[in-house]
Amino acid sequence: MIRITLPAHLRALVRIEGEMTLDVEGCVTQRSVLDALENRYPVLRGTIRDCLTQRRRPYVRFFACEKDLSHELPDSPLPPAVAAGLEPLLIVGAMAGG
Amino acid sequence: MSNVRVLVGTKKGAFILSADGKREKWDVSGPHFGGWEIYHVKGSPVDPNRLYASQSTGWHGQVIQRSDDGGKTWQPVDNKFAYDGVAGTHQWYDGTPHPWEFARVWHLEPSLTDPDTVYAGVEDAALFRTTDGGRTWHELPGLRGHGSGASWQPGAGGMCLHTILLHPTDAERIFVAISAAGAFRSDDGGDTWRPINRGLKSESIPDPSAEVGHCVHRIALHPSRPEVLFMQKHWDVMRSDDAGETWQEVSGNLPTDFGFPIDVHAHEPDTIYVVPIKSDSEHYPLEGKLRVYRSRTGGHEWEALTNGLPQRDCYVNVLRDAMAVDGLDSCGVYFGTTGGGVYASADAGDNWTPIVRDLPAVLSVEVQTLP
Repeated sequence: MIRITLPAHLRALVRIEGEMTLDVEGCVTQRSVLDALENRYPVLRGTIRDCLTQRRRPYVRFFACEKDLSHELPDSPLPPAVAAGLEPLLIVGAMAGG
Repeated sequence: MSNVRVLVGTKKGAFILSADGKREKWDVSGPHFGGWEIYHVKGSPVDPNRLYASQSTGWHGQVIQRSDDGGKTWQPVDNKFAYDGVAGTHQWYDGTPHPWEFARVWHLEPSLTDPDTVYAGVEDAALFRTTDGGRTWHELPGLRGHGSGASWQPGAGGMCLHTILLHPTDAERIFVAISAAGAFRSDDGGDTWRPINRGLKSESIPDPSAEVGHCVHRIALHPSRPEVLFMQKHWDVMRSDDAGETWQEVSGNLPTDFGFPIDVHAHEPDTIYVVPIKSDSEHYPLEGKLRVYRSRTGGHEWEALTNGLPQRDCYVNVLRDAMAVDGLDSCGVYFGTTGGGVYASADAGDNWTPIVRDLPAVLSVEVQTLP
């Protein structure tokens, strides 16, 4: 069970408040987390990564354990603390707009 | 008594404004999808409770929402807009080739006969269609592929397909308009297309009378006379009496012929409305006075409509999709401003009142006339 924090726009879209938890099978990577997230909430398809190219959207960042993981490869393992559910994966909308 | 429902898309959510046929007391519902840009909301003519909304942000891309109960509840539908085949390139602002990239849906046009069929005009300009209520979207590639696509270029707002007009009796005929490419027509249900811009003149392109490259802001027609089209171009108000084959300027005595929306009275095919804006760099009314102009002669002769509209210190804009009419006996006219006001006239423009004053910047206004 991993922990995820979504940005406000996406929390509104899936109608949840605060942090969420998610079961991820196999190795915990950006790709496996996003696959599981989109399977559970199909409305999120295309909102974090492009639904055609599967690339992270330009104004979305991935933070965890006080590190910016946005530019890690999609299949690189996320930090053990994220995989163990000790730390959340923060999916963040880049600061822009004032 | 009939009711009206005004569907308002704004920079930070959608709002639904409802009233009975008197159009005096309004109920305001919203924001729906708060924080998201709602470029357009429109209902099916054959099932008024079926609404479609285009929801997007620069952060999280495009979502399409569908309601089956008049906007009380919404369900997201498919948001995958994949260009058909190799997307190719169009011109960028500096004239260099630029890959076609999907950005957002500007306009949703439900079919006149089937609530599950909807056309979507997108940026970068292309036309998509769903025939299953939004579960899947497919491009009609004949438009981008008709031959001139590589020369299209974006207007200031992006290279958007913003207007879709469905012929009221001939299901094969569709008109679209693109900034900055021009107007196009299909006579075979969207399979093949050709430009219909003869008579347009645009000084900002190398050949002012070119077949494509014109920044058409909006076109409109009256369903009783669909061969007559009206156009608000970047500059110039234009009219065609032959389904777009040729155009004539009808700006007449307008104080400025720059503007964005144009619409037609519900019962008088020669009564049209525009909102003159000072210039292409000064997107606000002349002299700080918000004035709708009406022609009862299909153009050339225009009168200013000011009763109830701010006549001093007003520097808002009215965007291309932000004007609509209802179908009641005394035709209602509605428009929204970038200052967040939505104005209504229940007497064809003679008198105006604000329904709401302080919404987020209004991107689009549509009206449903309900039994």
